[in-house]
Amino acid sequence: MEPIGEESFVLRLYVAGQTPKCLRAFANLKRICEEYLTNRYRIEMIDLLLDPGLARGDQILAVPTLVRRMPEPVKKIIGDLSNTQRVLAGLEVSVGAA
Amino acid sequence: MQQSLPTPARHSIRKAATGIQGLDEITDGGLPQGRPTLICGSAGSGKTLLATSFLVNGARLYGEPGVLMTFEENGDEIASDVASLGFDLPALVDAGKLFIDYVRIERSEIEETGEYDLEGLFVRLEQAIRATGAKRIVLDTIESLFSGLGNANILRAELRRLFRWLKDRGLTAVITAERGEGTLTRQGLEEYVSDAVILLDHRVTEQVSTRRLRVVKYRGSHHGTNEYPFLIDRDGLSVLPVTSLGLEHDASGERISSGVRELDEMLGGDGYFRGSTVLVSGTAGTGKTSLAAHFADAACRRGERVLYFLFEESPNQLVRNMRSIGIDLKPWVDTGLLKFSAERPSRAGLETHLASIYQDVREFRPSATIVDAITNLLTVGTQNDVRAMLMRVIDFLKVSGITGLFSSLTAAHSSSYEETQTGISSLMDTWIAMTIDEIERERRRSIRILKSRGMAHSNRVQSFALTDHGMRLTDGGG
Repeated sequence: MEPIGEESFVLRLYVAGQTPKCLRAFANLKRICEEYLTNRYRIEMIDLLLDPGLARGDQILAVPTLVRRMPEPVKKIIGDLSNTQRVLAGLEVSVGAA
Repeated sequence: MQQSLPTPARHSIRKAATGIQGLDEITDGGLPQGRPTLICGSAGSGKTLLATSFLVNGARLYGEPGVLMTFEENGDEIASDVASLGFDLPALVDAGKLFIDYVRIERSEIEETGEYDLEGLFVRLEQAIRATGAKRIVLDTIESLFSGLGNANILRAELRRLFRWLKDRGLTAVITAERGEGTLTRQGLEEYVSDAVILLDHRVTEQVSTRRLRVVKYRGSHHGTNEYPFLIDRDGLSVLPVTSLGLEHDASGERISSGVRELDEMLGGDGYFRGSTVLVSGTAGTGKTSLAAHFADAACRRGERVLYFLFEESPNQLVRNMRSIGIDLKPWVDTGLLKFSAERPSRAGLETHLASIYQDVREFRPSATIVDAITNLLTVGTQNDVRAMLMRVIDFLKVSGITGLFSSLTAAHSSSYEETQTGISSLMDTWIAMTIDEIERERRRSIRILKSRGMAHSNRVQSFALTDHGMRLTDGGG
């Protein structure tokens, strides 16, 4: 994988199994990143049913939860990410610069 | 106060003992096993301490590991809060008997968009339960979720699912919640947790704090419905139930000397009943303490232990004063048969006094206890509070078979014997009134027995004098 620069987003999407909500969240995230963060994002998917121990570290309660790990500070967006504007606001992506 | 306690235990449902003194009595064995119990109360009412005690006792005493999911304080904070109660949470965690998961929700960090559920919470719980083999679980305070997450509809649905989930796993759960305005809990959690509801209350009146506990609801079980004083002290939590008022105590037929031979004669010849309660009332300087000292001396002579609660003067002062009337208590103090517990009443609230009385009695195991004077307690509580407290002390002494002598100061202008400030005479088995009158420039002391249950006693007003050899009753009384 290519190293990603300082401007890049490291995103982690926590899901619990292949539920419709989780699948929807992933599809929405993928679409938003392709459109607004082209070539400067990385998505890690974590299925809590497979890795339950990871829920505590990132203080995950709600599923799905998207965690912006980079750039800091850490931000969280919960839900199926169906509202693009709110996702962008949550990630603090300025649309004009995209 | 109404009698509300269970008579025989009818265990229609199984109970998980809390190990909290008194609480298991009023709930007829503990919390409903395998079901959630709601503990509600205002901030600082002791919810977290009660919930934590339930877990710690479960792990230490009943072989039931537990999970503490905390939403407000982190594990270290809770550990240091309960360390003063003698609970070592880190040790229990190390031993694998307790799992603490601190759930932190920072609203400012969280954006919400679209549907979600709380599966992450379930995953964490499941993991904690597996790690410890938990049988007990505490969620403290889960309604914090409502301030952390915005979608109340989702939260309500998920909480409903959570409580069902806990029940399905057979976990005995304690859910704490903040008291709401006009409702038991702010978020109406009582709608979801309907098996048992315990309400804690912490009032501060005239700078004196009183904690109370009430079992509001307990499906399928007997439970006491009164408000019970609820104490937090260095030994942890305790609830003081009225265990046996209205019930039969094992009344002892044994008699013990009052320490004054003539008074014993007035009491049907043999003195007080062992394990009974005696009220000695009178205005200042009538000799109440002298009578108490005689009683203590007589008990010690029999080789029995006496615990003497002293609110008015120091033990040294009392010992010196009594020596002047020929009662030497010092040897009994030296041999350890007599123990004084002297405390300024104003130093603490009634509940604390009550707690220290209980504690001292439990530690010292006396056969007689003297409280001199109960009226001093009125400086820190209302008449009703003092009466309720004394009921519990008396009850506790009776259950333990300890003879209790209580002195009570009556106001000088009070014309009626029947009127003691605290109105507690009805709680007592024997009531002795002492008076002092100025007759022909001479102070005449007299004593009479206003009542003494279960014995033929003298109705005479008997004169007495305090001599070098103690109280001496004379025949010239009117």
